[in-house]
Amino acid sequence: MAEQAVTGYKKWLEGVGEQGVFFTSFFRNIFRGGFEWSEFVRQCYEIGYRSMMLVGITSFIMGLVLILQLRPSMLELGAESMLPKTLAVSFIREIGPVIIAIICAGKVASGIGAELGSMKVTEQIDAMEVSGANPLQYLVVTRILATSLMIPLLTIIGDAIGLFGGFLALNFTDDISFSLYFHKCIASLEFIDLFPALVKTVFFGFAIGFVGCYKGYNSNKGTESVGIAANSAVVTASLWIFVIDALAVQITSLLFYR
Amino acid sequence: MQNQTNSTPKDKPVTDNEVVVDINHISKSFGAKDVLKDINLKLKRGENVVVLGKSGQGKSVTIQCIVGLLTPDNGTVKVFGDDVSRMNEVELKELRTKVGFLFQSGALYDSMTVRDNLEFPLTRILKITDQAELDKRVEEALDGVGLLDAIDKLPSDLSGGMRKRAGLARTMIVRPEIMLYDEPTTGLDPITSREISELILSMQKKYKTSSIIITHDMECAKITADRVVIMNEGTYIAEGSFDELKRSDDKLVKSFFNVTT
Repeated sequence: MAEQAVTGYKKWLEGVGEQGVFFTSFFRNIFRGGFEWSEFVRQCYEIGYRSMMLVGITSFIMGLVLILQLRPSMLELGAESMLPKTLAVSFIREIGPVIIAIICAGKVASGIGAELGSMKVTEQIDAMEVSGANPLQYLVVTRILATSLMIPLLTIIGDAIGLFGGFLALNFTDDISFSLYFHKCIASLEFIDLFPALVKTVFFGFAIGFVGCYKGYNSNKGTESVGIAANSAVVTASLWIFVIDALAVQITSLLFYR
Repeated sequence: MQNQTNSTPKDKPVTDNEVVVDINHISKSFGAKDVLKDINLKLKRGENVVVLGKSGQGKSVTIQCIVGLLTPDNGTVKVFGDDVSRMNEVELKELRTKVGFLFQSGALYDSMTVRDNLEFPLTRILKITDQAELDKRVEEALDGVGLLDAIDKLPSDLSGGMRKRAGLARTMIVRPEIMLYDEPTTGLDPITSREISELILSMQKKYKTSSIIITHDMECAKITADRVVIMNEGTYIAEGSFDELKRSDDKLVKSFFNVTT
């Protein structure tokens, strides 16, 4: 039993060390010459544009549902007029970034994990390496930077769509104009609501890209490894999103709410 | 840049019997399994060496050591006189521009068309940016393997034989001086296997490459080999021309040749 625990601990430590090396290699390769711009743009398109529909629909539903759920409680408290503010603050600060990141972890991290995993299995990564190209620069750097850029952009778009969903839900039951609703939303938001929320999405994006790439790039050479890489990429990236979120809230509280 | 592909590494003089790959007493283990045990092999310029052996005997591991994908536990692998395990990243990259590697599956990049696959090493290794020059080279390479019609197809639209041809064209497009073939005819029907073997031979004659061909296809060995070495349990057990080995009295050697010839 104790031996198993020691072996498990050693394995875990090895994993941490490997991730550290991968992390260092990523940063080293960013600043190396010959950045793969065309692949980076392609990845931005694949990750950003192709996730937009999913993010949009989910955010719209989330905004709509939140208003429908909040309304009875707010009515009881006589704070119906606070609904736009409540939705705006909760959605922009927390719900939007986290939900969108989780959705992207499911779609993007698994996609990257499976793609790089299958490239590994079919020796495409080895082929890239022996052909004198740098697979880390071509496959890893571009994908991690693309997720770090696209997740914040998707979050901004998702936040706007979520607030619009909230407006429609509110408009079913209450008579509120579009301009008044958005004025109330925007007026309730301050710099400390927007900036930390946006900054943490960069880290969410980084975690999604990094975990997807690490799991795929280091998968074993067998077809089942592709599934394992995709699956563990989603699980690990989702876990990291919550860890980063918890840290971000602590840091934001320390910096802005003292 | 184009001249670079025709020059020898570090401008070493070319001699008729120059040894371009020199494998000296290498061994390699994965965990408790000893895959290679004291392997020695010399490849001369312009020569085709076929390595025969059953699956799992370490044939692929040997050629992966030549390009630095794997590092042997003991012994040395010298390519053009330089020890691969002592090379830094830049030297290794330089070496890999001189040594082509054809993977078993062809290893074409799934997300790219055949054209993009072939342009990939040209833009990154030879740093060619002129589109007209790229088109010319890609079309010439694909024409050489009879695959010009598939230039804008994705790898998923190609048959197994076509993938191998495209993979061969991609590897040969940078004019490597040494070619390493990892089971080039595996998974192909006998007619396509023969076509690929003849293509390997014609490529060798056209570009004057030196090759190591890993295979268990006797037809491929017969067509392509100047010299054959037979590998068993991580070491070489016999060496000679195809006809010499065919006449061998050794039981294991005979077992290879009795299969098809």
